Amino acid sequence: MIQNDLPAIFRDFDPIEDKMLQVIDNEGNVVNEPLMPALEDEIIIDAYKQMLYERLADEMAVSYQRQGRMYTYTPNMGQEAIHIAAGMNIRKEDWVVPAFREMGTLLAKGVTMKEMFLFYLGNEQGGSFKDAYHVLPIAISIGTQFHHATGIGYSVKYRKKDEAVYTFIGDGGTSEGDFSEGLNFAGVWQVPVVFTIQNNQYAISVPVKSQTNSINLAVKSVAFGIPGIKVDGNDFLAMYLVYKTASEYVRSGKGPVLIEAVTYRRGAHTTSDDPSKYRCKDEETLWGLTDPLIRLKRFMQNKGIWQIDEEKLIEEYRLEIDAQFVDAENNKSYPWEEVFENMYTDMPDELERQKMEYAQFLSWKEKRR
Amino acid sequence: MSVMTMVKAINNALDIKLEEDKDIVVYGEDVGVEGGVFRVTEGLQQKYGVERVFDSPLAESGIVGTALGMAVSGLRPIVELQFEGFTFPAFNQILSNVSRMQNRSRKKYGVPMVIRFPYGGGVNALEHHSDSPEALFAHIPGLKVVIPSTPHDAKGLMISAIESNDPIIFMEPKRIYRAIKQEVSEEKFTLPLGKARVVQEGTDITIVAFGAMIRECQRAIAMAQETGISVELIDLRSIYPIDRETVGNSVRKTGRMLIVAEAHQSFSVGSELIAIANEEAFLYLEAPPRRVAGFDTIVPLAQGEKYYIISPERIFYEIEKSIKF
Repeated sequence: MIQNDLPAIFRDFDPIEDKMLQVIDNEGNVVNEPLMPALEDEIIIDAYKQMLYERLADEMAVSYQRQGRMYTYTPNMGQEAIHIAAGMNIRKEDWVVPAFREMGTLLAKGVTMKEMFLFYLGNEQGGSFKDAYHVLPIAISIGTQFHHATGIGYSVKYRKKDEAVYTFIGDGGTSEGDFSEGLNFAGVWQVPVVFTIQNNQYAISVPVKSQTNSINLAVKSVAFGIPGIKVDGNDFLAMYLVYKTASEYVRSGKGPVLIEAVTYRRGAHTTSDDPSKYRCKDEETLWGLTDPLIRLKRFMQNKGIWQIDEEKLIEEYRLEIDAQFVDAENNKSYPWEEVFENMYTDMPDELERQKMEYAQFLSWKEKRR
Repeated sequence: MSVMTMVKAINNALDIKLEEDKDIVVYGEDVGVEGGVFRVTEGLQQKYGVERVFDSPLAESGIVGTALGMAVSGLRPIVELQFEGFTFPAFNQILSNVSRMQNRSRKKYGVPMVIRFPYGGGVNALEHHSDSPEALFAHIPGLKVVIPSTPHDAKGLMISAIESNDPIIFMEPKRIYRAIKQEVSEEKFTLPLGKARVVQEGTDITIVAFGAMIRECQRAIAMAQETGISVELIDLRSIYPIDRETVGNSVRKTGRMLIVAEAHQSFSVGSELIAIANEEAFLYLEAPPRRVAGFDTIVPLAQGEKYYIISPERIFYEIEKSIKF
């Protein structure tokens, strides 16, 4: 059951009433002063910089793919407020169990753009995120990660660790059985997991209204006895407040929470996708007005704390990101043996035999030249 | 006749059957408005309406499970699973119910449905987009498993699959979705399920393959011909039921067999074919039947996939090895 000591925002923004938590509007005006998180100016400036970095890295990734220098990529554009707000509330010891559209959160956990690029250049070394502490590889099989996060939550609780778990899913993913099962387990076990639905309005071409008959996605928490909240996912300050509150809640041992972050996938599903097949320009323009970077920038300007030389910063970031891409691109090291080496703790004889046969083929091929 | 890719040929087969049979419905993720991520169902929703061609919620188990409900109650659903790697959430429904309902109900309920999905590697894809799980499905009693290798075959086999009263797993080799163009009749035609096709006759060695590997085999055969080796190529077309007769006849004639399939080698369709060679042609064998297969590993991402994917050169190497045995 949901505790009575639920934080106020979870009571005030009851998903059954379809309320959405918002702190600033599209013009950057504060619309809910009491909810304004107490953040030092420096923190807000840093948040904007992180969002800008993610935006640029994402745009550049799409562009490298378009130039034929990288394989299929999944764009993040428009969802940066969620990623950065989460990242700023996730501590080193906390776990991140990603779906595949949380680049900013991964970067906050220590994943590098070089690794992201290497992964999308078709090298598993990039996707292993080997130096990022407590970060699982991305989950392409939709929704399966909800169970993994819950299991990690159980492990954390059992081992009495001061760690929280953060996992993500898209609006489409909420239709998978694993979404409901994972939340159900988490509710029964009362594990320290923050579940985030990034409702970016589309599962490839299918709009969220074709995905569910529920009034919103946060309301699905009710069935599992978990606190849920719907938040304006393009409002960094709202997202920050919700992640801060949710983090304190799960860390205090009170069980999991479900966040629905309402956002918009401004780019394509992947670089293989063409959104013009299923949505109109007017809709894209309208959602463009809610863009998280523009909003936070306006808020900062209104508040008089906009001290960023953005043009200079963009140039600086671009150079840095491009250097990481070139570094990844020049990494042509993929010895054929690597295909075999990570399958088992100790390679079974049968696999060793297949590897030997392949080596024989390679030497035959070499001699033939 | 008109020139078709495999995508177009399957689309054409679906179109013909939707037109002909009002009980057919087509659904899956993104198949309606978008016409499928590979555009196999393009234009069908506009032509037949949202009641017959539609987007489903994102849940493969739901897609297949609801299709079973439709199939036992008078409809003939054709469902798309977006990639072979996403068939597994539906595996429970396929294995526990779709394949078993006819037997469980003592034929009171048939399950006339087609589960179609793209499969296979060679397209520089992310994980779960390069696998060849035909053996997993072929191992399940009660299913038929079909894999075309050309646009013409895709159309004829798809129409037969839709008309079959048994549940069909229809696997589409995505690597050659658009890579091969062929003159295909616009009229309705069918091809028998369970019958292989002898693509090319030969006398020295039999190669059995299917799907995207047929084209790779043809390239290897061209290399073999230069060294005077005559190869017989069989396109299995149907994984289950498997065409024991065509395979047996061919191996008795050539005395040698090579199976080329991109799936992991152990417990594969190739393993079954070697059993058939032993049972049907043991005394005719002049060399041990062999498999050119994927390794027992995860299909690597793009940079490593070149090692995993079967090249014509690797097929030729194995042909030579068998001949020289």
